[in-house]
Amino acid sequence: MNEADTPLEAAPIRRPFRWHIVVFLAPAFLVYTAIMILPLIETLRLSFYNNVDGAPAFVGLANYQVLFGDARWARDFWNALTNNLIFFVIHMCVQNPIGIALAALLSIPKLRFAAFYRTAIFLPTLLSFVIVGFIWKLILSPIWGVAPWLLSLAGAKWMFAPWLGQSGPALIAVSLISVWQYVGIPMMLIYAALLSIPDEVIEAAECDGVTGWSQFWKIKLPLILPAIGIISILTFVGNFNAFDLVYTVQGALAGPDMSTDILGTLLYRTFFGFQLQLGDRSMGATIAAVMFLIILAGVSFYLFAIQRRMRRYQF
Amino acid sequence: MSNKARSSPIRSSLVHLALIAYTLIALFPVFLTIINSFKDRNAIFRNPMQIPTPTSFSLIGYQTVLGQADFTGYFQNSLIVTVVSIALVLLFGAMAAFALSEYRFRGNALVGLYMAIGIMIPIRLGTVAILQGMVASGLVNTLTALILVYTAQGIPLAIFILSEFMRSVSDDLKNAGRIDGLSEYAIFFRLVLPLVRPAMATVAVFTMIPIWNDLWFPLILAPSEATKTVTLGSQIFIGQFVTNWNAVLAALSLAILPILVLYVIFSRQLIRGITSGAVK
Repeated sequence: MNEADTPLEAAPIRRPFRWHIVVFLAPAFLVYTAIMILPLIETLRLSFYNNVDGAPAFVGLANYQVLFGDARWARDFWNALTNNLIFFVIHMCVQNPIGIALAALLSIPKLRFAAFYRTAIFLPTLLSFVIVGFIWKLILSPIWGVAPWLLSLAGAKWMFAPWLGQSGPALIAVSLISVWQYVGIPMMLIYAALLSIPDEVIEAAECDGVTGWSQFWKIKLPLILPAIGIISILTFVGNFNAFDLVYTVQGALAGPDMSTDILGTLLYRTFFGFQLQLGDRSMGATIAAVMFLIILAGVSFYLFAIQRRMRRYQF
Repeated sequence: MSNKARSSPIRSSLVHLALIAYTLIALFPVFLTIINSFKDRNAIFRNPMQIPTPTSFSLIGYQTVLGQADFTGYFQNSLIVTVVSIALVLLFGAMAAFALSEYRFRGNALVGLYMAIGIMIPIRLGTVAILQGMVASGLVNTLTALILVYTAQGIPLAIFILSEFMRSVSDDLKNAGRIDGLSEYAIFFRLVLPLVRPAMATVAVFTMIPIWNDLWFPLILAPSEATKTVTLGSQIFIGQFVTNWNAVLAALSLAILPILVLYVIFSRQLIRGITSGAVK
């Protein structure tokens, strides 16, 4: 047991063993270890096993070889990974800039109705994927005609197409729906970062004649870089673990023709099975392990390469 | 904030224009769903943008939904899972946060780091083994399975946020308590917990949203009729009724409603929580 020997005496004076530390830590430690860490390790372990002649056997990296090399598996996997990358890039290029821009507008001092805007723009973030997915499915549906009608207001009705049903635009449409839902998170975190910039800094900038646009670019943006780093890594982790939205909008097969398949839906189909495909535990574990490695790589890159270089503004 | 921004009326109206535009984008889909859920089928298609009029008003969608699916049951399941998980996350998280922020002991930083892994690594990646474990312990298709998973999922962030706040509780107060002979447990439950109540509310809101909205674990661990949550229930229900627009729109509105109500009640708390690092 790990936590039994952790609260050892550090102080030179011999005090009685501090059982209360164990009592305080134990419930969280046990639940977290049993439900989160051990299954994670077990999943990683399972990715090295497969059924050989009906009995589980250690197969080394064979599962990974199948996933990356076998014609059928590799096609699905690389397709899902590519789609996931596009999904992430769209979030980084659309969601985060819009979030930052909204936060910058909201943080203008003495802005009227700021609380109302904030509340309204954050609302979609609270809705479940199921609601968001279906609402947008209805809006984009050619049967209902809301989207063409909106486009016709802008004189661009010709642009309308049943995007969710076309293999190219479907992924972009799904990504943008997700952006619509989650723009509130970068907005809030950046907003908080902007508010935490001390007034003295802003006043000093104003004394030097740095205002408006140039104040934002030269003073505020560098100071909120750490927050931008945080929203980037949150986006990364969230995107590479996404599942629900694609599942509700396009189903487990992530149609049309798997053009919206991302790692989360691939994991679900592989592990749980879908329609004719039987569930495969070992390959499911392998895909989960690959997702784990991708997320771990991203998080490590953030912690060691980005966060170290950025000095937090101390106030 | 006392600094006076020179705001020309043109600039500020542009700012408002941009914000209003985005607010419309954010609210429009929700608004559209709710108004159309109260209309009859013809009106939904002929005039999607019109608010219900006496002639087009209809509750047929709601009647279908409430008559066909056990939404009260789903709602109850979601409520039980969410409330119990939040209570456990808050209790266990606060206790661990107190141990980590209050006492110096060997391995403190290590335990803290270990608990922090879960902030970044999603629990979903362990699903294969979690399902195995739940099958082995006979917890599949029980709400307990969901509660355990959500508790484990919420604890890391709860510890992280709460220990920040607990460090700010004055040492003098705790030491005064010790001199008065309070046990460490009494200090935690009677002195520290009441002081970090605002932070607890923040953690509660943050924990609540992903639990209430989760589709993955209900789908995998508890898909039976008796344990369906609202999210899973409406997903399956809407999937069955894709052609019955009245029912779909009504089901969506019913699913939005609880969140809308909670948000109206808690939005100040939530937003204050997110920005609390800034506006102390």
